[in-house]
Amino acid sequence: MENNIQNSDVFAIALHHRFQWEEAQQSYVILFPEGMVKLNGGAGEVIKRVDGKASVSEIVADLKRTFPDVENIEKDIIGMFEMAYGKAWIRKL
Amino acid sequence: MTQTSLGESVVQKEIHSQAQNNGVAANITHTQPLWLLAEVTYRCPLHCAFCYNPTDYDKHTQNELTTEQWIQALRDARKMGAIQLGISGGEPLLRDDIEDIVIEAKKLGYYSNLITSGVGLTEKRIQAFKDGGLDHIQLSMHDITEEINNFITNTRTFELKKKVAAMIKNHGYPMVLNVVIHRYNIGHIKEILEMAEALGADYVELANTQYYGWSLVNRSQLMPLKEQIDEAERITNEFREKVGNKMKIFFVVPDYFGNRPKKCMNGWGEVFMIVTANGDVLPCHSARVLPNMQFPNVRENGLEYAWKESPAFNKYRGTAWMKGPCVTCPEKMNDLGGCRCQAFLLTGDAESADPVCSLSPNHHLIEKAIEDSKNPVLASQPIIFRTDKNSKKYVAGDKERVEEFHALP
Repeated sequence: MENNIQNSDVFAIALHHRFQWEEAQQSYVILFPEGMVKLNGGAGEVIKRVDGKASVSEIVADLKRTFPDVENIEKDIIGMFEMAYGKAWIRKL
Repeated sequence: MTQTSLGESVVQKEIHSQAQNNGVAANITHTQPLWLLAEVTYRCPLHCAFCYNPTDYDKHTQNELTTEQWIQALRDARKMGAIQLGISGGEPLLRDDIEDIVIEAKKLGYYSNLITSGVGLTEKRIQAFKDGGLDHIQLSMHDITEEINNFITNTRTFELKKKVAAMIKNHGYPMVLNVVIHRYNIGHIKEILEMAEALGADYVELANTQYYGWSLVNRSQLMPLKEQIDEAERITNEFREKVGNKMKIFFVVPDYFGNRPKKCMNGWGEVFMIVTANGDVLPCHSARVLPNMQFPNVRENGLEYAWKESPAFNKYRGTAWMKGPCVTCPEKMNDLGGCRCQAFLLTGDAESADPVCSLSPNHHLIEKAIEDSKNPVLASQPIIFRTDKNSKKYVAGDKERVEEFHALP
């Protein structure tokens, strides 16, 4: 699968996957048949913004505004998109 | 967001119900029943020779929990952090309240899965499940040939399974197929995968038979050769390359043919909790075979007690229970000594190392089992199917074929 992430790409949560906040674990999770992934804080912030409307660049801009003190945030965010897309947790529209 | 790099540290835990040794650290101070398996009934219209259900299941078919008791169990488990719900059996569709259980599961925020043979799934019921919020349906398939499907399940269900697969797809569900692999279908892996692709499967689990319950009784007849497993894995990998992410294929390697034991259930009482038909709470599917164990029951003290306080759930948590060679083994945190049930069933001692381990003093039992599976005399013994009649015999103590495995070496 091509994992190259473009700024104009728009992603949504993959079919049959569910993203939700888990109170008992104090974290976001992605649920899918036969498995689940517990996301750490940063990863959760990225996936939370994946809504089938916002482009990658819009999500990057939003996270930069929300977390102005984090260095190299863009690289981390793109890395997260690559991983999530590679694992097929998100799909490209 | 913190400064933590998002790279590899992103995923704190990735947990698959089938995967073994997947990096979920043993941690006895913070366990959480993420997975709740509701074995709502042991009744089943199929009679599969490889069923892991206890051979004496017949005595647990009475006294099933009521709808209200199941709903309470779902609520209690959810409070403790349970999130993946499997509704299984037996055949869960033999109960007429699965619709109510599904609705409650949705309300509580579970990701819910109906694990079924397909027998009893109608248009009306699947529509009710869809409306109620069931997330997916896992269908068991047995082979590409009618003969083997019907033989191994001791029923005529081949055509029905194909119809049910189409029904699942038509209702927009992900198609999750579970195929238990044994000697009679391992030669058809390529064709099975092609069938799965043709049916539009999103996930396929090729689950090599693990030997508990009925499959242990029929072990010599079911176990394939090492060469067959290697070949099946090779074909699976090739197929995976071809289909990519479109169809995820899990190949569950049988532990008899590995040198290291599996970290059974991701660790005793760490992430899995099973509530059985009569309300017994177990840390694994076959734990009831273990001697001198009193498993908690939801009717008595509830689920929180079962998970946190009950002696049974604490007995094999962590490493404190271990003895040699496990206790000093550098691998002990990776596999937690393997499977307690397998250790007991094969050696008579639940606290010994899983004999699958090459370091176990009882490893020769596994080698012998592999040898026995090549023995044409044993292999041609009649298979004992999972039927109420056979189960009653086990309950009554007619256990000659089982005692052979209980015997101390």
